Amino acid sequence: MIEVDAEKCSGCKKCVKVCPYGAVTMADKLAVIGDECNLCGACEQNCPEGAITIQRKKVEIDESKFKDVWVVAEIAENKLKNVTLELLGKGRELADELGQTLCAVLIGKDVKSYTKVLGEYGADKIYLAENDLLEFYNTDSYNMIISGMILQFNPNIVLFGATHVGRDLAPRIASNLELGLTADCTGLSIDEGRLLQTRPAFGGNVMADILSHTRPQMATVRPNVMKKLESPTDKVPEIVEVSVNVDPRGMRTKVLERTEISGVGAVKIDEADVIIAGGRGLGSKENLKLLQDLADELGGVLGASRVIVDEQWLPKSQQIGQSGITVSPKLYIGAGISGAIQHLVGMKSSDTIIVINKDPNAPIFEVAKIGVVGDLTQVIPALIEAIKAHKAAQ
Amino acid sequence: MKIVACVKQVPDTTEVKIDEKTGTLIREGVPSIINPFDQFAVELAIKLKEEHGGEVSVISMGPPQAKAVLTKSLALGADKAVLLSDRKFAGADTLATAYTLALAIEKLGDFDLVLCGLQAIDGDTAQVGPEMAQRLKIPQITYAENVVFEDNKFIVDKLTESGLEKLQVKPPALVAVITPSDFVPGNPPFSKIMKAKKKPLDTWTADDLGGDPERFGLNGSPTWVKRVYSPPRKEKGEILTDPPEEVAKRLVEILAKEGFL
Repeated sequence: MIEVDAEKCSGCKKCVKVCPYGAVTMADKLAVIGDECNLCGACEQNCPEGAITIQRKKVEIDESKFKDVWVVAEIAENKLKNVTLELLGKGRELADELGQTLCAVLIGKDVKSYTKVLGEYGADKIYLAENDLLEFYNTDSYNMIISGMILQFNPNIVLFGATHVGRDLAPRIASNLELGLTADCTGLSIDEGRLLQTRPAFGGNVMADILSHTRPQMATVRPNVMKKLESPTDKVPEIVEVSVNVDPRGMRTKVLERTEISGVGAVKIDEADVIIAGGRGLGSKENLKLLQDLADELGGVLGASRVIVDEQWLPKSQQIGQSGITVSPKLYIGAGISGAIQHLVGMKSSDTIIVINKDPNAPIFEVAKIGVVGDLTQVIPALIEAIKAHKAAQ
Repeated sequence: MKIVACVKQVPDTTEVKIDEKTGTLIREGVPSIINPFDQFAVELAIKLKEEHGGEVSVISMGPPQAKAVLTKSLALGADKAVLLSDRKFAGADTLATAYTLALAIEKLGDFDLVLCGLQAIDGDTAQVGPEMAQRLKIPQITYAENVVFEDNKFIVDKLTESGLEKLQVKPPALVAVITPSDFVPGNPPFSKIMKAKKKPLDTWTADDLGGDPERFGLNGSPTWVKRVYSPPRKEKGEILTDPPEEVAKRLVEILAKEGFL
């Protein structure tokens, strides 16, 4: 239910401009909300007079009304993020179990070409919203468009990557629509028709299974946890174009400057399969070369504990941990990292963890599959030699 | 400039265990601290106040003992503090928490900036900030490393996955911060803590906030925890202490077996 307070409305037309669905018109200097309204809240958020209010009534969930599994796609550097494909993999399983359709939500400028890959990785249907002003992520515009789509199409489940963008956007939408949202899930399954969301808490010392009693059920999901389809299909997805109107005045944050920090290597650390990380025990910047050589042999990228970034031996883009990036590669090799809890929470879900440290009591040994007690300046060169010998013998 | 900083009291260590029998958290004996991200938010608020004048209010939702983090914030230089404490707030998920905090912020009056930590180290959700901003109908910037105020606008350095963005936003706004790598948390001396005890520190209950009682605590929480448990224990790792060449041989075996070579 949406209401315009005639006393407060000044007739400024801001609501008309910011409505993504073109649902607001003016009559006698008073905003009038038309039938196209999806209750997305753009006008309410932007009204300078506080004249527009939306009352979202709590209703008993009629589960039959909510259908389909949605994955909100994310694009970075002209490519779909891996986490989007991983979510499609998991979403496929969930949708099949529920007997529902798997849909991707794709928003941006000239992004139609990505629909092909979304289909290949499992999407049956794609909700596509294109506009020149949507080239870069903006909290306000993306919030309003996706909120509007959710209210229009009533999905059962909506999944986001637990990326910087996903973690900025999903709670904004959840609060807008007064929905439950579970952060940073590492497991999703269907439990008596409901979405069971599993997440770590207390730095991974505790796991929690969470259910939502609102619909859609929403979750952000950690990258590198779910598996994308091993063999992409040649499925051509159905495309539903959602026409949206975007006004820059509704985008209240403006980007003044964008600096890309080129990572070490072409692959970003949160998408890397193999990470070779160094810490205080490296001793000198020169020893980074050892790690780089090992990374080259294994096709990996360099990572760092906080101290290495503080010393500016590696850029912030490579920092693993609580104030850096959470990673879960297939292989993590940590050299000279003692394993402060802040670092451990950022890497302990990696598949295979190998650590090299002089101190046998270093906490990082607790999470290691293989712990080498030794001097990294001796162990790593020996390892590089052994890998080369192994490769030569193949 | 009027700034509200939101803080949370959290266990000092993430080494929190759970009672295998009852499935509940054992928090006894674990010292409580101000969430590190939130301490940066408080110190940034105080810095902005020192540069531009104004007032810093600090709020926290929690049990009575959470007053400790508010006293610390006052000792760091905040002007007043409010603890939101009521049994009705218990069991709040992020949406109910955001609802409660937003009501308190509105009750405090007009503001230019709400600062909070990106996430708390016990829950790690990063949801309360954006959920509050939405409820307050103000723009948000998350993953912020710094905020300055110029020409009546906030200029915010935001960490993205591929680098940095410099963003601009007009007040009022909410900024959720991460601790930059050069941040050294302040530790106020005893004398300042004593002085802080003279600053206003109120406690507000659900009745003080008004609002819809159905939206507080467990009642107002659309998510609920079905089960809490210890993660499956990883097998004890293999420890190698042999000379480097031997170790290297074993590592290559493992890497080859797992398909990395």
